[in-house]
Amino acid sequence: MNELENNILELKDVSMIYGAGGQVKALQNINLTVVQGEWLAIMGPSGSGKTTMMNIIGCMDRPTSGAVILDGQDITKLSPRALTAIRRDKIGLIFQQFHLIPYLTALENVMVAQYYHSMIDEAEALQALTRVGLQDRAKHLPRQLSGGEQQRVCIARALINYPKLILADEPTGNLDEANEKIVLDLLRRLHAEGSTIIVVTHAPEVGEHAEKTIFLEHGRVVKTTRNR
Amino acid sequence: MFCQMLKGALMRQKGKLSMIAFTMALGVSLATAMLGVMMDVGDKVNQELKTYGANLSVVPRGTSFLSELYELEEEDGEDTAPNAANAQKAEKYLAEDELVKMKMIFWAFNIVDFAPFLETAAVVGGQPVTLVGTWFDKHLDLPTGESVDTGMKRLKSWWDVTGEWCRDDEDGAMLGQNLAAKLGLKAGDFFEAATPDGAGRKRLEVRAIVNSGGKEDDQAFVPLRLVQDMSNRPGLVQRVDVSALTTPENDLARRAAQDPNSLSRKEWDTWYCTAYISSIAYQIEEVVTGSRAKPVLQVAESEGAILRKTQLLMLLLTVLSLICSALAISNLVTASVMERSSEIGLLKAIGATGAAVALLILTEIVLTSMLGGTAGYFVGLGFAQIIGRTVFGSAIAVKGLVVPLVAILVLLVTLLGSLPAVRMLLSLRPTEVLHGR
Repeated sequence: MNELENNILELKDVSMIYGAGGQVKALQNINLTVVQGEWLAIMGPSGSGKTTMMNIIGCMDRPTSGAVILDGQDITKLSPRALTAIRRDKIGLIFQQFHLIPYLTALENVMVAQYYHSMIDEAEALQALTRVGLQDRAKHLPRQLSGGEQQRVCIARALINYPKLILADEPTGNLDEANEKIVLDLLRRLHAEGSTIIVVTHAPEVGEHAEKTIFLEHGRVVKTTRNR
Repeated sequence: MFCQMLKGALMRQKGKLSMIAFTMALGVSLATAMLGVMMDVGDKVNQELKTYGANLSVVPRGTSFLSELYELEEEDGEDTAPNAANAQKAEKYLAEDELVKMKMIFWAFNIVDFAPFLETAAVVGGQPVTLVGTWFDKHLDLPTGESVDTGMKRLKSWWDVTGEWCRDDEDGAMLGQNLAAKLGLKAGDFFEAATPDGAGRKRLEVRAIVNSGGKEDDQAFVPLRLVQDMSNRPGLVQRVDVSALTTPENDLARRAAQDPNSLSRKEWDTWYCTAYISSIAYQIEEVVTGSRAKPVLQVAESEGAILRKTQLLMLLLTVLSLICSALAISNLVTASVMERSSEIGLLKAIGATGAAVALLILTEIVLTSMLGGTAGYFVGLGFAQIIGRTVFGSAIAVKGLVVPLVAILVLLVTLLGSLPAVRMLLSLRPTEVLHGR
C-alpha cells in the first residue's frame, strides 16, 4: 500500500474566513496529512483556529476554500445531508462536555449512535461499554455517573460504529487528574489497536501522548512536531 | 430506540409538555363546545324562533290572489247557499278533519304546532266584531296511533294573556285588549255574540284578555266549532298557521320553491328529503286537499339569517381559540427546542438527519397535544352542555362528527404551531451548540 492510499485525511490549502468582507480568517492555507492509525494532536491558544479545524475535519462545517480529502473522498463540495452521512459512517466524535442525552442510560446513549447509523445491537453496545470499563454502569443515567465515566460513555459511543477516525475535542478538559489519566490510557489503547485519533487540545500533557502535534496560531500551522 | 428516546423525553419534560397539553386542552375544549353547539344550534335556534310564531300559512288553493293580497272580507251569508255554491265553497275552505294528516308527512316531526282559523263577522252589544274560531289546545289522535296536542296556546306562546287560556270544548272567548276595552269586558264577564243576520247566536264567557301587539288585539278568539256552527260552515277552516322546524334555504330550495318540476331526479330527492320550508310546504299540499302552503318568508329568512350568523360566530370563536392555541404551542415548542439545542446538535453530530430529529420532536408534541386534546374534548362536551342548558334550556346533542374534526384540528394546530420550532431545529448546526464555548 503506498502512502497516498494510506492517508485517511488530507487538507490542501484549506482556508476558513468568517464575516462579510472576510474580516475573520479562522484558518489560512492549512496543509495537513493524517495517515491511517496515526494519533495527531492539534494545539494552540484560544482563537487559533483549533475548533474551526475540528469542525471541518468532523464534517460539521465546510471550508471557504481548499480541499479536504477524507478516506479518499473530497468532502468540501458535499451537501449537508451527505456530510451527515459521512459523519455517521466514518467519524467518532468525543466532546469536552460529553453531551450525553440526560434521560437515556449509559447503554442507551451508546445505542443512539447505532440507531442513527444502522440498527441497534444491545450486546454490541454493552461490549463497547465493557471496552471502556463501564459494563457495571450500563443502566445508569448520566447524572448518576462521574465526569470521567460520562466521558468514557462518550468514547464508547464514538467507537460503536467502528469509525475510520476518532475526533476528540478537549477530551480531558472537564476532568480531574485521575479521570484524565483513565481517558488518556483509553485513547492510548485505542491507538495501539489501530484507531486513527485526532485530538484538539490546549493542554501539553494531552498533546504529548500523540505521535504528531501541529501548533496553530492565528489560523496558521506554525510548528509541527513528531513526539515519537 | 425511538420509543425509548420518546419515552425518556416525555418523562423528562413533564412540566413543559403539561403546559402544551393544557394549552391544547383549553383550545380544544372551546373548539369542541363551539363545534358541538354549532352543529346542534340549527335545531335549537329553530326551536327558539318557533316560539315567535308560524312560518307557514296553509290556505285553500281557490282563494284568489287579490283576496289574499288585500285581505278582502268574504260574504259569509252567501256561503250558506246550497248546491251551486258548494263547489266554490270547497275551493275557499280546507277540511278540518284533513289537518291531522300534516302530522303524518315525511317531516311530521318538524311540524311543531299548527292551528286552523275560521272567521266570521258578528255583533256584540251592537258593535261589529270579528270572531275568529280556532284550536286553543286541541288533542288529536293520529291514525298511526300517536297523539298530538296543538293549537294557539303553543303557537302564540309569546302572547300576554290576562286570565286563562280558553278550552276547545267550552263556550268561551279570548278577547283582544282593544276589543275588550271597546266592549267594556273583562275576564269572567259574559257576552252574547250573534251573526249579522241573527241566525247564529252564542252566549260566551270572557276567559282572558290578550295583548299580542298586532291585529289580534281587535279580535275575539273562540273555539273553532262555535264559529263553524254560527256561520253554518261545519268542518271547514279558512287558514292554518303552521310552525315548522326548517333548514335554511339555499339555491336548490329556492329553485324548488319556484317549480319543483324543474329539478332533476337526484336534486328532487335531496330537496324532498331535506327540511327546507318549501319541501315541507310541498308535502303539506300533498296531503291536505286543495291547499296551498305558503312560507311566511320574513320569518323563514330571518331564521336562516340568525342561524347563519350564530354559526359564523361559533366558527369564528373556534378559529380564534385554535389560533391562540397554535401561538401558545409555538412559543412552548420553540422554548423546548432552544432548551434542548445541545441534545439536538448532538443527535445531528452523530448522524441523525434533520428530518429524523424533527420526527422525534414532532412525535413528542403531537402525542402530548393528542393527550391534551382528548382531555379538552371531554371538557368541551361539558362546556357545550352548559351552553345548551344556559342559552337554549336543553342539552346539546353529542355529534360524532366532532371527534374526527377535533382530531384533525389538533393535528393541524400542533403542526402549524410547531412550524417555527421545526425550522429552527432544521437550521441548527451542531457546531453552534456542541463546543460549549
